[in-house]
Amino acid sequence: MAEIKKLVLGRKIVEDLDEDQELPSELMTVNMGPSHPAMHGTVRIVLTVDGERVVESDVQPGFLHRCFEKESEYATYTQIFPYTDRLNYISPMINNVGYAMAVEKLLGLTDAVPVRAQYIRVIVSEISRITDHLTCVGASAMELGAFTPFLYFLKAREWLFELLEELSGARLTYSYVRIGGVVSDLTPDFHERLIDLLDKIDGVMLEVEALLNNNRIFRDRMEGVGPFSAEDAIAFGLSGPVLRACGVDYDVRKDNPYLVYDRLEFDVPVGSAGDCLDRYLVRLEEMRQSSKMLRQCMRDIPAGPVIVDDPRVAMPPKKEAYNTIEAMIRHFKHIVDGIRVPPGEAYTWVEGGNGELGFFIVSDGTGRPWKCYCRSPSLINTQSVSKTIQGHLISDIVPIFGMINMIGGECDK
Amino acid sequence: MGLEIATTKLEDAANWGRKFSLFTYPFVTACCGMEFMSVAAPKYDIARFGAEFPRFSPRQSDLLMVVGTITERQGPILKRVYDQMAEPKWVIAFGVCASTGGFYQNYSAMPGADQVIPVDVYIPGCPPRPEQVLDALILLMKKVQEGRGHSQVRHKRERLAARGEGG
Amino acid sequence: MAGAVLEALRARFGGAILETTSAYGDDVAVVKRESLHEVAAFLRDDPAMAMSYPCYCTCVDYLGMELLTISPTTPLAVPAIPSSLPEEAPRYAMVYELRSIKHRHRIRIKVPLTEGDLKVQTLSDLWPAFNWLERETFDMYGVAFEGHPDLRRIFMYDEFIGHPLRKDYPKERRQPLVRREFSDE
Repeated sequence: MAEIKKLVLGRKIVEDLDEDQELPSELMTVNMGPSHPAMHGTVRIVLTVDGERVVESDVQPGFLHRCFEKESEYATYTQIFPYTDRLNYISPMINNVGYAMAVEKLLGLTDAVPVRAQYIRVIVSEISRITDHLTCVGASAMELGAFTPFLYFLKAREWLFELLEELSGARLTYSYVRIGGVVSDLTPDFHERLIDLLDKIDGVMLEVEALLNNNRIFRDRMEGVGPFSAEDAIAFGLSGPVLRACGVDYDVRKDNPYLVYDRLEFDVPVGSAGDCLDRYLVRLEEMRQSSKMLRQCMRDIPAGPVIVDDPRVAMPPKKEAYNTIEAMIRHFKHIVDGIRVPPGEAYTWVEGGNGELGFFIVSDGTGRPWKCYCRSPSLINTQSVSKTIQGHLISDIVPIFGMINMIGGECDK
Repeated sequence: MGLEIATTKLEDAANWGRKFSLFTYPFVTACCGMEFMSVAAPKYDIARFGAEFPRFSPRQSDLLMVVGTITERQGPILKRVYDQMAEPKWVIAFGVCASTGGFYQNYSAMPGADQVIPVDVYIPGCPPRPEQVLDALILLMKKVQEGRGHSQVRHKRERLAARGEGG
Repeated sequence: MAGAVLEALRARFGGAILETTSAYGDDVAVVKRESLHEVAAFLRDDPAMAMSYPCYCTCVDYLGMELLTISPTTPLAVPAIPSSLPEEAPRYAMVYELRSIKHRHRIRIKVPLTEGDLKVQTLSDLWPAFNWLERETFDMYGVAFEGHPDLRRIFMYDEFIGHPLRKDYPKERRQPLVRREFSDE
């Protein structure tokens, strides 16, 4: 506090100057504006700096507020899936799955979802987690100057996009999950293609690790930058790789297993120092664990239906809808009225790419939710940026902000 | 007479040079940014069209790509960035949110970037496939060559008006 | 495990806890506005509770909600309006969720608020995470948080009038900051 006072008073008396600072200095307000070259979407950081050092900062999110909650009050439960895709748009399947599980909790269908559908949901969630970490690490490395890992990771991401495009029809915003299951089954050659891609992605990861892990410049810019203690991390509500890098062993998939995560064998990487290097290493290791989980899933997945067999929830198959009047009326009611969810309030949370992604849904008995609140990990993680960058140089903001992985769509909902 | 043919040919040559070396300013806000990264990536290389290296400063770029949803709060900032660019400048509205607002019709999302700045090429899609983006770039290059971009037309009109008043 | 937290709360705070329910695996306690800070501090500091992890906080606007039931046997998870409140039904309810990493239990706290008196004490001194979350609730619903260090809008711009997530704010009412002037272009 005394230090800040000294800096704030501007021009100092000669006698007050201490040995390392020969010139009187003033604080300056600099704007790291909403149009970021760091390609992290739009956030504004108003910095008060003393030379290059950050004294105070005010992180202002909200430049991408697209009113997810308000839109979801006017849309039926199935129409909300595209909105959830665009929350965390680098791991969209996880948002879909989380939202579907929240509605199923209110419907009481959590255990009635067929096992094959649960496995498929886990498979697409883990693939989305891999794309999330690929994009995060790739973009952060590019901001530090390492352009090659960015291109390698984007190449790997393209393979996964193609695979998911065959499955769902879209490259980025899938809307593949439905309430009660998923919309369609896996493609016939999904298994071989996925295993082949996982082998190739392992190879790409080895290449990038060889480029970055022991790279003097990368280590100097990431190691010891932005450390965060475990108690602070818990009090700030952090979750995901950021929390685990601080040493807290909390992963929703282990602590509160959902879908078929309790049948899968995987480890949760936990760091120690909470600095940027730990967050980076945690993300890399998580990609490996996701790869491991995917192989297990493809080995164990049973045959069966992919959506629950309940006429109140699932759309009828096309053949029936075109040929029987009951199925046609059911189809009509589903589209126009939506799925009627019994009144109540429930909160479900899943492990998103950035941490605990939760949906709190209040239902009033009609086919449109009364309120659909998204507990977004990005917003809560970004709150800690202000504390983390205090005392660091302006150039340290880049790796810190990159490793937080603030996704604008999720942060500003 | 000869002077006009010479200046027209010069104009064509300048436009030819401009279209193959567009410096983009990717004003990335949302999910379309991921597809922009894919377009810049090796598979759907945008470098083969000359628009490779993004210049992250409006003073040094001539193509403003509005990528993603523009909210009302972002409006003044977009306008400022556009005003800071030097002529000739072109704008591509990337994605349906930047074109018309997309399926976000609410109190915060602006119904298209053209509420604030003039747009030359609109790319629909949510997000658009990289091939659509490259197609739009080729359309824009045609516009640049023919001198039909908004800022080029404005400049020509001003020059004609000045000449009309002067002589 | 399911009801232990609620038992402890009821034993300790008695009248301040208006209602408790357990449904869908969630424990919900409806707390009076005046005792919210005390209850939250107890939940954080008591070693048996140890709710050190703040999950989220939001507000629900019940204006115009008519509850429909699908069948007489469908249970209502949590009563939207606590039945033991003597005055007329409050319009809003603040919802907080807290979790304990050590004991693996959690609780949801609801605080009913009426329209004319839309304020509640801040919890950002107990958990720093609530700083931005309460700003978001203020921005969207207009709930004033007493004692909040920095209560200003977070998603909307300062020139915006109104609180958009309230049920009486229409979805498409725009308040644009800047629009293009169509002169000769």
